[in-house]
Amino acid sequence: MKILVPVKRVVDYNVKVRVKADGTGIETAGVKMSMNPFDEIGVEEAVRLKEKGAATEIVAVSMGVPQCAETIRTALAMGADRGILVETDAELQPLAVAKLLKAIAEKEQPKLIILGKQAIDDDMNATGQMLAALLGWPQGTFASKITIEGDGITVTREVDGGLETVALTLPAIITTDLRLNEPRYASLPNIMKARKKPIDNLKPADLGVDPKPRLTTVKVAEPPKRKAGVKVGSVAELVEKLKTEAKVI
Amino acid sequence: MNFALTDQQQQIRDEVAKLCARFDETYWLERDRTATFPEAFFAAMAEGNWLGIAMPEEYGGAGLGITEAAILMQTVAESGACMSGASAIHLNIFGLNPVVVSGTETQKRRMLPPVVAGRDKACFGVTEPNAGLNTTQISTRADRRGDRYMINGTKIWTSTAQVANKILLLARTTPLDRVQRHSHGLTLFYTTLDRAHAEVRLIHKMGRHAVDSNMVFFEDMEVPEEDRIGEEGEGFRTLLHGLNPERVLVAAEAIGIGHAGLARASRYARERVVFGRPIGQNQGIQHPLAKCWAELEAARLMVMKAAWLYDQGLPCGAEANAAKYLAGEAGFRACEQAVMTHGGMGYAQEYHVERYLRESLIPRIAPVSPQLILSYLAERVLDLPKSY
Ligand SMILES: Cc1cc2nc3c(=O)[nH]c(=O)nc-3n(C[C@H](O)[C@H](O)[C@H](O)COP(=O)(O)OP(=O)(O)OC[C@H]3O[C@@H](n4cnc5c(N)ncnc54)[C@H](O)[C@@H]3O)c2cc1C
Repeated sequence: MKILVPVKRVVDYNVKVRVKADGTGIETAGVKMSMNPFDEIGVEEAVRLKEKGAATEIVAVSMGVPQCAETIRTALAMGADRGILVETDAELQPLAVAKLLKAIAEKEQPKLIILGKQAIDDDMNATGQMLAALLGWPQGTFASKITIEGDGITVTREVDGGLETVALTLPAIITTDLRLNEPRYASLPNIMKARKKPIDNLKPADLGVDPKPRLTTVKVAEPPKRKAGVKVGSVAELVEKLKTEAKVI
Repeated sequence: MNFALTDQQQQIRDEVAKLCARFDETYWLERDRTATFPEAFFAAMAEGNWLGIAMPEEYGGAGLGITEAAILMQTVAESGACMSGASAIHLNIFGLNPVVVSGTETQKRRMLPPVVAGRDKACFGVTEPNAGLNTTQISTRADRRGDRYMINGTKIWTSTAQVANKILLLARTTPLDRVQRHSHGLTLFYTTLDRAHAEVRLIHKMGRHAVDSNMVFFEDMEVPEEDRIGEEGEGFRTLLHGLNPERVLVAAEAIGIGHAGLARASRYARERVVFGRPIGQNQGIQHPLAKCWAELEAARLMVMKAAWLYDQGLPCGAEANAAKYLAGEAGFRACEQAVMTHGGMGYAQEYHVERYLRESLIPRIAPVSPQLILSYLAERVLDLPKSY
């Protein structure tokens, strides 16, 4: 079984994000970029399936600027077998990504595609669902546990108020939630080996997809600054402040 | 000229940082308080094969350069592991360079893989109480008895000798009065630290309690001839090969500690409110921290330059020494400023910067003092009369 794992290059979760002065977006020049953490979970799950013998090949896909190749290398160092880079300067929105992934899926014929449930930069939570619709495949989103048996896959989903278990037939789409697994660290030998694994370079046109954005961003602004809090010395003081200052009791 | 890290170097930094994040501030505080070697950290570094970063691939390493090793060491120290983490692995990373450079094929096959895998821990026995920085004056003797040598004498400051099973040892095989030059007649060994004939006594020191330093008293410790590295009498020359890269690594560690201190100081300065504003809004707090950043980054560039020269096979003595000097001073000043920025809290262990400060003195003093570096630069670069 072949698994496709899309990996997105995003601003590192440790970076304090700054809005560009002209309000058109966030500052990414000179900012540390990393793999979207939910995608790391996706790579880890794919590698575990391969280690268990349930998968034979893992293909990592990234889209965007040439530096996305670094994100693919990270996936290769974690255990993916090869990469596909779709290079474009276009601003990629979920629908365009889903269309590009559909084209790749038709070429590669994977049995399973594991995406992150969302990317930590735009928090869209849309690509996996759109891809499932475009391919006409079943989807198990927000997965916290997956089990493959024969041609079926059981997915435990994290939903409001509890866990839901769904059974899908392969080929299928999975999107990962935080608790699915804890991604591994790449060891030095695996980083070295990743250098030698192949990455194919494609353009959206090669896949017959026009990645033009459908939505326009009107404005990006920082959230209002929170005022500094105060420390209270005792419960009595807290109650007093809730009465007189916050006026909530 | 290109100042950017390569993809691979960046990846090394990222992965090592992730690994180090598993060993948080409380882990290191506890190691320091209880003076226990960071075994779990050491094992994790060995498991990721990071110890072999600069060792040849034939012997289990990754065959990368001293540049990558320096990036690794800076990242370890910068994680808050400081010298407690860096010194725990320092010798495994590059200590066996003399074996790589001067060892026979048989020796390399026997000695390198266990160190790369972390099965062997090595310590480094050069400094002696009565010789100081004047290394050629050491008095530990190695007397030949057939196909073995008998070691007698005293070493001081031998770090990790409490936990190490191997020692890289410099000893005199020809007495000083029978050699033409003081640097002749010294021989280097890499051998088992035989505790039946080597008494290891802990030195109670200022910091880095997790990684011990010791006096070692040798009494008739036997070393087989197979454990001699390079020719008899050529030990000083053999050792010299490794000095520049070692300076580069120590410098990188110092930069790491400095940045660790600076990060804590800046965070505290943003959060601590006194007189109705964050203390970091005062230039009296900002400027010293900004200066520390500038000094650390300037020193880091010198470290990277020295590492690059070494990896290109070019002479790097002046740069490696200057890097170690600049980094040692900048690392120390950043940690000192970190304590001062915290005010009284800087003196509390819970805020960690006092530990950083105690540890930041080590790369300043060792393996060579700032004075001796300046004397070296004056002599070798400025062509002034030798003063030492
Ligand atoms: C924590 C720690 C760990 C260490 N680990 C190891 C280890 O694992 N293995 C090992 O072999 N060594 C180790 N060392 C030893 C270290 O390398 C030495 O302490 C260092 O080289 C200085 O030597 P010394 O202490 O004998 O100083 P000395 O030579 O006694 O010098 C004392 C002072 O006088 C100055 N001085 C001396 N001569 C001159 C001169 N001509 N001109 C100007 N100033 C001069 C020096 O700069 C220094 O400030 C360690 C040291 C420390 C503190």
